Amino acid sequence: MEKVVIVDYGMSNLHSVFSALKEVSDNKFDIQVSQDSKTIDSADRIIFPGQGAAADCMRQIRAFNLVESIQKAALEKPFLGICMGMQVLLERSDENAGTECLGMIKGSVNAFAEAHKKAGIKRLKIPHMGWNTIKQSIDHPVWSNINQDSYFYFVHSYFVHLSDSRQAAGKTDYGIEFSSVLADGKVFAMQCHPEKSADNGLQLLTNFLKWNGN
Amino acid sequence: MSLAKRIIPCLDVDAGRVVKGVKFVDIRDAGDPVEIAKRYNQEGADEITFLDITASSDERDTIEHVVEQVASQVFIPLTVGGGIRTIADIRRMLNAGADKVGINTAAVHNPEFVKEAADKVGSQCIVVSIDAKRVSKENEPNKWEIFTHGGRKPTGIDALEWAIKMTQYGAGEVLLTSMDQDGTKSGFDLELTRTISEAVTIPVIASGGVGNLEHLSDGVTKGQADAVLAASIFHFGEYTIAEAKQHMQNQGITVRG
Repeated sequence: MEKVVIVDYGMSNLHSVFSALKEVSDNKFDIQVSQDSKTIDSADRIIFPGQGAAADCMRQIRAFNLVESIQKAALEKPFLGICMGMQVLLERSDENAGTECLGMIKGSVNAFAEAHKKAGIKRLKIPHMGWNTIKQSIDHPVWSNINQDSYFYFVHSYFVHLSDSRQAAGKTDYGIEFSSVLADGKVFAMQCHPEKSADNGLQLLTNFLKWNGN
Repeated sequence: MSLAKRIIPCLDVDAGRVVKGVKFVDIRDAGDPVEIAKRYNQEGADEITFLDITASSDERDTIEHVVEQVASQVFIPLTVGGGIRTIADIRRMLNAGADKVGINTAAVHNPEFVKEAADKVGSQCIVVSIDAKRVSKENEPNKWEIFTHGGRKPTGIDALEWAIKMTQYGAGEVLLTSMDQDGTKSGFDLELTRTISEAVTIPVIASGGVGNLEHLSDGVTKGQADAVLAASIFHFGEYTIAEAKQHMQNQGITVRG
């Protein structure tokens, strides 16, 4: 049975991710939650969630000694980043007065507050909380059977800015347009929460479980 | 395309059962939170809020099981309010599968609790519930005061100042209930909603007084709410959530289809 490991570095509530995967796995996958690098190394696919502040997340990832395992996994097997699990893949985040991140994807994580100010936008609430649409900017197996401009659930105050815009797999508009989804090799990562995005989210997780990483 | 305005049904839970009668023709057990949550999810609810009204202390942990069961079968955001007083309470709810917790009385008694909570679990999980009552007379400038204990106990705290303070303390969202309107079915206090929503940088959920679909859309268009919460109009089958969304859309409001 294929082993799917949800990486637990003490920064998020994994109940929902686990339940949603279980719901779509049809009992054909062995779904585990783990903070152990050996378990992550032996997984067939990886789910990398995350919540909270960037600095806390990075501190925890380092404290659990997971940097190497995560970087290795992202090169070798289908890898789904969710929310903060997308943001920390970048080089750095403006959160917490500047946080160095994993640097697996070129680019940075910026604050909506700053970006809105620069764009002269005053009336948008932060966090960006609720259901917004994703415009799929590439064809990808993980987008199978999900319509253009489908709604997903978001909750975040910082957003990803990719150095190479060709890595964007989806874009979302919140006053400014940002890369809400990225794809690079075996990595597919999204700012929204598929585990909380009703049918579209479950379809996406189903697709991820089927994806061979190519 | 842009961020959709949310429609949130609210369910009162007592000792693990949904109370105040929810009437769906085709569900077997109208008190079962899982069945009701599933049904609202199918109809297109954007989130579900549970309000724990359990009075007896030895049955208080039942809400945890409710959240656990619902969260393992319904994949939309869930909020739990009522009786959240400690960081341990918050963690219990989040671990059970809640995405957010509503804090009300505990914040009034100790505002620092909101700061601590946001620091520990993140602002995105913290909804500050505000029960406000108009205290200004006619011809006086609008003024609302915070009440606790279901609107019976005045606190002397100004609602607008409180909302701003709670934002600064790290709240991620405000659930704003008008105690004047609650249960009247005559619509939100739109002045209250707009005043608070325009003054804070975080999303505001309007609550209290919804009797028809017009009230919901007014909450957004006139009250500037980011989300609207209602209980009885959905529970008693007067309107479905799909109808509410259709109505909002007809008014030019962006909703999740």
